[in-house]
Amino acid sequence: MKVDRRNFIKTSGMFAAGSVVLPPFMQSCQNVQISADVKSYLDHFEVSTEMLQKVIAAAMSKGGDYADLYFEHKTTNSLGLEDGKVNRAYSNIDFGVGIRVLKGDQTGFAYSENVVMNDMLNAAKMAANIANSKAEFKQGDLSEKIPQDYYKISQKWEDVSVKDKVPFVQKINDKIFSLDEKVIKVNAGMSDETSYVMFYNSEGRLTYDYRPMISFYAVCIMQDGEQIENAYAARSVRKGFEWLTEELVDELAGEAIDKTNLLFKAGKPKAGEMPVVLGAGGSGILLHEAIGHTFEADFNRKGTSIFSDKLNKKVAEPFINIIDDGTLPNDRGAINIDDEGNDVQKTYLVKDGMLNSYIHDRISAQHYGVEPTGNGRRESFRHMPLPRMRSTYMENGPHTTEEIFAAVDYGVYVDNFSNGEVKIGAGDFTFFVKSGYIIENGKLTTPIKDINIVGNGPQALADISMAANDYKNDNGTWTCGKDGQSVPVTLGLPTVLVKKMTVGGTNA
Amino acid sequence: MTKEEKYTLAKWAMNHALENGAQQASVSISNSQSSSVEVREEKIDKLEQAIQRSLYIRLFVDGKYSAHSTSRLKEQELVRFINEAIEGTKFLSEDEFRTLPAPELYYKGGGKNLESLDENFALVDPKEKIDLAFKAEKEILGTDERLISVSCSYYDGLNERVMVTSNGFEGHSANSHYGLHTSVSVKGGDARPESSWGESSIKYDKLKKDGTGTTALKKAIEKIGAEKIESGTMPMLVENRVVGRLLGPVMEAINGSSIQQKNSFLVAKLDEKVASNQLTVTDDPFIVGGRGSRLFDGEGLATKKRSIFDKGVLKCYYIDTYYGKKLEMEPNGGSTTNLVFEPGNKDLDGLVASIQKGIFVTGFNGGNCNGSTGDFSYGIEGFLIENGKLVKPVAEMNITGNMMKLMANIGELGSDIKTDSSVRTPSILFNDVDFSGL
Repeated sequence: MKVDRRNFIKTSGMFAAGSVVLPPFMQSCQNVQISADVKSYLDHFEVSTEMLQKVIAAAMSKGGDYADLYFEHKTTNSLGLEDGKVNRAYSNIDFGVGIRVLKGDQTGFAYSENVVMNDMLNAAKMAANIANSKAEFKQGDLSEKIPQDYYKISQKWEDVSVKDKVPFVQKINDKIFSLDEKVIKVNAGMSDETSYVMFYNSEGRLTYDYRPMISFYAVCIMQDGEQIENAYAARSVRKGFEWLTEELVDELAGEAIDKTNLLFKAGKPKAGEMPVVLGAGGSGILLHEAIGHTFEADFNRKGTSIFSDKLNKKVAEPFINIIDDGTLPNDRGAINIDDEGNDVQKTYLVKDGMLNSYIHDRISAQHYGVEPTGNGRRESFRHMPLPRMRSTYMENGPHTTEEIFAAVDYGVYVDNFSNGEVKIGAGDFTFFVKSGYIIENGKLTTPIKDINIVGNGPQALADISMAANDYKNDNGTWTCGKDGQSVPVTLGLPTVLVKKMTVGGTNA
Repeated sequence: MTKEEKYTLAKWAMNHALENGAQQASVSISNSQSSSVEVREEKIDKLEQAIQRSLYIRLFVDGKYSAHSTSRLKEQELVRFINEAIEGTKFLSEDEFRTLPAPELYYKGGGKNLESLDENFALVDPKEKIDLAFKAEKEILGTDERLISVSCSYYDGLNERVMVTSNGFEGHSANSHYGLHTSVSVKGGDARPESSWGESSIKYDKLKKDGTGTTALKKAIEKIGAEKIESGTMPMLVENRVVGRLLGPVMEAINGSSIQQKNSFLVAKLDEKVASNQLTVTDDPFIVGGRGSRLFDGEGLATKKRSIFDKGVLKCYYIDTYYGKKLEMEPNGGSTTNLVFEPGNKDLDGLVASIQKGIFVTGFNGGNCNGSTGDFSYGIEGFLIENGKLVKPVAEMNITGNMMKLMANIGELGSDIKTDSSVRTPSILFNDVDFSGL
């Protein structure tokens, strides 16, 4: 369906009832052991450089300016626990090639689930139709590009048996039950993902990426009298089996328990505008929604973003630096190459309070005459790349958390979120607060829960009046949605004060 | 893939599983095709075409359960895929509640034609599809100086599926869809309000082929100058198009899994009054041409008409085979089909006219609902109503409350049932809703 125009973010792993959660059950479906060189990727996808060039030639046959091939083989394995037992597993194998042809800003796209010559040529011819002239095409000279390595791991998920993963899911259940007598149910699960990507384009660039990912979550459901509450803890990183430890299990279990307990005492704040203090870490959702999406250059190229005419203008206080970064080691949002074969950067979106750069894919970079920022990303080979975020965060500011709290008479402190959304043109964004506190005279008082906060992007950015020196990255299971495509991201923030936003609450 | 080819492969995969360690299995094979074109500035901006196939297998091995899917359908690869899946399953814990459905509950054929498929899917001229998108753009291009951007899309798709189970079910289904969609951005002060409008249908002949451009532009212009107003407790009228999003958590809450996992504010509320008398909702799978119509569910269970709410009384949970066993309840199909709301007497204008001061909500922005308690908070946009008239656009506001109270506060349902959706709802008026603004 082409109707989903919502731009949003959410954390997954709460109640993934049956559909999402998946086991390393499946290894790669070919027997080739893959190593970090182009030759082994070509072998993995059972293609030769001559075949790639023929497919590109077909893609360019109607006069396209540029074409690329994105090969992907992704295996996902998930385990789920319910009612005390690891009693379900899901796995998925996805394999194919996406073929894209560009003519100016225009895109033709098709994919094939088979990488045999005929099927690839047919898809190439479909994508070629975006252009409609006859033109001579000269292949670019083949150049192999060795990618960066931002996610070094020691034990690949493909080599880990189900048998070795099950105990961790079981332990988190047992740990949570052992910590509090109010626990009535636990839902827990783990999902690992291994993705092999190979990229070739009409300029001759041939590159590849190996992308591991692991997500681990637990939902804790507690009952106290009539009241039932639940909360969850989750982590997601590009790491191998070595990442799973007893300490991690204990940390997640403790966090799930603490978050759930807090909810029993929580209420609602007054409805209306007030100062909002965002705690370090997951509060980076503010950046993702308030400015991240609206900085995506496809919206700005089309003039539909509220930031369309703000490049190189002051958008925030001078101590504010906001970054979108694809290079954080083992981060869920890191990528060694973007999905258009480009190198990945640490990109300053806001530098010293000025709008420094949009978030670019190839089309928008060309449109604006700048270098690609390495933000061209796609959900899979079935999708065309779009400008997308990676890890979006703010650097430390000049204030202390004490100074920030002291500046608030009545407001809210929030540090635990589930999802957010933004209207690109109006700039109105929201994020949903799972829990936080009311601030009265600089002190945290009553806990609060389940409220939405709404603000306007440019206004909220300008209203960040203080930022502390305690920046934290949040490695939760953040998934960003745009045009019906989901990609993994992360976010981060030091503690900041936003002078005012509209907080959901009661009018009593 | 033809239907026969899918059946042959599905039965082969199922038999392979049964011969290699699974005691029960079910296999679905789906194939789909889709195309879309998006136009901007009188040029094609994006052209996409897709053909997709996949196999989904559910395995019951020594009292243990797992499910797997793949897009690699060569028999040689499937052998390894299924063998690995069976071996992996043996490392899980046993689950006594996991079985295939009781065979007597399966759909056994002979159902009426629900008109879910356009038999002429392959015959629509591709050029005509592209022209439809260009025509939508032409409706508004150059008609208003505030217009910044127009994107118009045409899309269509065809999905076909067969399913077999090792205790006797065989079934196939197919559906098609066509759609036109226009998104518009306009300049209004510093903001660039956007709006969109879409038309969709199961059959190409029935697709409304004009008007998405003009409607989207009109709706975007109406939003110019939107701003928040004072916080307050007021009536809220929710447009039929977005009622489904607001009431989504209610449908989640009556799902068997939510009930059994205590992640529902409607646990142990069956046959109790949980909403206003005004609320009567039926789940009807048999509406000819209905968007959610189907003869059997994802497990092969024969669908039936179900009363969900009767004058505010909760009549039904959605129970599949697994949670039916856990809850000791009869399975009735685990998912919704067409949700049919019983309409009221007033049309939308009549409902607006009945409100002294309130807000007409036409869109939501983020927000969420706590599944166990029903506490919710959503961003909203829409229009202020004063003395029975829409006065001005509002945005950047929240509504906050609890689903139980919200359902009890349903004042009136409109007569404007939306039929091009599986949620066939009218606009609904809720009393005493907490709005946050200034």
